[in-house]
Amino acid sequence: MPIFEVDNLHLHYLTRFGAKIPAVAGVTFSMEKGEVLGIAGESGCGKSTLVNGCMGLFIPPLWPTSGNVRVDGESIMGRSPKDVRKNILGRKVAMIPQGAFNSLNPTRKIKDQAADMIVSHESNVDKKALYERLRQRFDLIGMETEKVLGAYPIQLTAGTRQRCVIGISTLLDPKMVIADEPTSALDVTTQKAVIRMIFDLLDKQIFSTMIFITHELPLLRHVANRIAVMYAGEFVELGTTDQVIFDPRHPYTKALMGAMLSAEPGQRQRKPVAIEGAPPNLAYPISGCRFAERCPQVRPECRVNKQEIRIVADRQVRCDYAE
Amino acid sequence: MPSETTIFSAKNLTCVFGHGKKSTKAIDDLTFSIADQEIVSLVGGSGCGKSVLAKIMLNLIKPTSGEFLYKGKPIIDQRFHWREVQPVFQDPFSCFNFFFTIRDQLKASFGIMKTKPSKKEMEERVDQALLAVNIVPSEIQGKYAFELSGGQMQRMLLARIFILRPAVLIADEPTSMVDACVRASILDYLMKLKKELSMTIVFITHDIGLAYYVSDRIFIMHRGKIVEQGTPDDVALKPKNEHTMKLLDDIPDIHKNWISR
Repeated sequence: MPIFEVDNLHLHYLTRFGAKIPAVAGVTFSMEKGEVLGIAGESGCGKSTLVNGCMGLFIPPLWPTSGNVRVDGESIMGRSPKDVRKNILGRKVAMIPQGAFNSLNPTRKIKDQAADMIVSHESNVDKKALYERLRQRFDLIGMETEKVLGAYPIQLTAGTRQRCVIGISTLLDPKMVIADEPTSALDVTTQKAVIRMIFDLLDKQIFSTMIFITHELPLLRHVANRIAVMYAGEFVELGTTDQVIFDPRHPYTKALMGAMLSAEPGQRQRKPVAIEGAPPNLAYPISGCRFAERCPQVRPECRVNKQEIRIVADRQVRCDYAE
Repeated sequence: MPSETTIFSAKNLTCVFGHGKKSTKAIDDLTFSIADQEIVSLVGGSGCGKSVLAKIMLNLIKPTSGEFLYKGKPIIDQRFHWREVQPVFQDPFSCFNFFFTIRDQLKASFGIMKTKPSKKEMEERVDQALLAVNIVPSEIQGKYAFELSGGQMQRMLLARIFILRPAVLIADEPTSMVDACVRASILDYLMKLKKELSMTIVFITHDIGLAYYVSDRIFIMHRGKIVEQGTPDDVALKPKNEHTMKLLDDIPDIHKNWISR
């Protein structure tokens, strides 16, 4: 049985003029235990909105339109934000945010903020046992426990801060972890340290299933088992890592791979090709394919027919003409 | 030897923050020179001193000791210096004022010039600069900084460079906040600047892959020192220093084994 299922999820933002902006339109996927799903896409394609949807956390102006999210067979939709924070976040679904500095309170020590995580989710906690438990957990995940727990966020480096946030998010052994660009604010060396810690936690069975969101496809190659490529609120391609990275079929995935660059012999002559144009404005209804305006292989039919998911070479592709 | 063709030259440049026991040497005894119309990349991890060096080049920080010359002369007048040396920063949202429209702020950048062009010419030059970075002028008419996306804002900073046409551009991690697609287009515009305005560019990044793509020369920095320098092919393909190897090793590459699980 899949541990995490998203079934035809539609989410929209309600503007103050009463307009509905469909930020996520029809996302369907399911994950087995022990799987890492990578989601890639440009800024503004709905990755972070999808994260909020996957947690069942709907804070206005974000509203669910239709669809369902199930963790371990139990639906987490249609709950109040208070209920979500108490019963779902941290235990069922934990989130690792992007900016560690914005997620930590600058006026409180790390140990107090970590303790808050436990106190707010469990009743009758013994204060002495609490700090002992924290110490054990931080030892287990390989942090410099004494130094880190007594420090204020500002005393730590960006990498340590991000690792603290990961430690705190996973304190209650969540079934499912969603990492929303956990490394994009860090430099390459720190990024490697943070990824190494995430792998360490996966090996130690602190959590086993993860959604990893980033716009760096090369990073996903090393982290994820499966990759979903998102464009304008839809998944355009979903397949195993090797399929998507080395043999992309959707024109958008191909274009994304063309925009990558790396330090390799011969790469200096190969120019990274930016995708022309901008993503469509979702405030207006789109009749045909959402990528049609920027697609290099566009046909007249593309602007009229709505593209549906179909299976091409063992993976899901949302393009009628992909081979 | 410092001459007309040398843009920046530094001799025993040192910059220290703090006093006594707690002092940190951000820039430690650097000696280098940057030639005219060259693209130089400064590469290093966080805290290696690359941004401090950029600020010294912009005359925003005074070095503690050592000699730093622009075109063979010490920097005296900030306004004069800024006519010739201009930056592009990492976070465009912190560079623009949220209370004025983007267009007004782009026009305000003419204020640094010795002789201001006429109003009509100003408008024309702003329009040209916007078109140069692929933005239709009517698209940002009457808009404020918070109404645009990160990629658009980063392009606004580059539009400012197209307006001012400085001799030197200091690009301090211009691509670290944007996604891969926008990154490729921003690199394109940097190349365009170099080609059209024959500019000297100092490109600061932590990603050696980017540096390899854009630059003529790469400086690898570590703890305030330049530990390796050379052409991109030498540095990226035949690294000699351990810090360079580590930087190369840390980039996730789709073909190489990066991290074992």
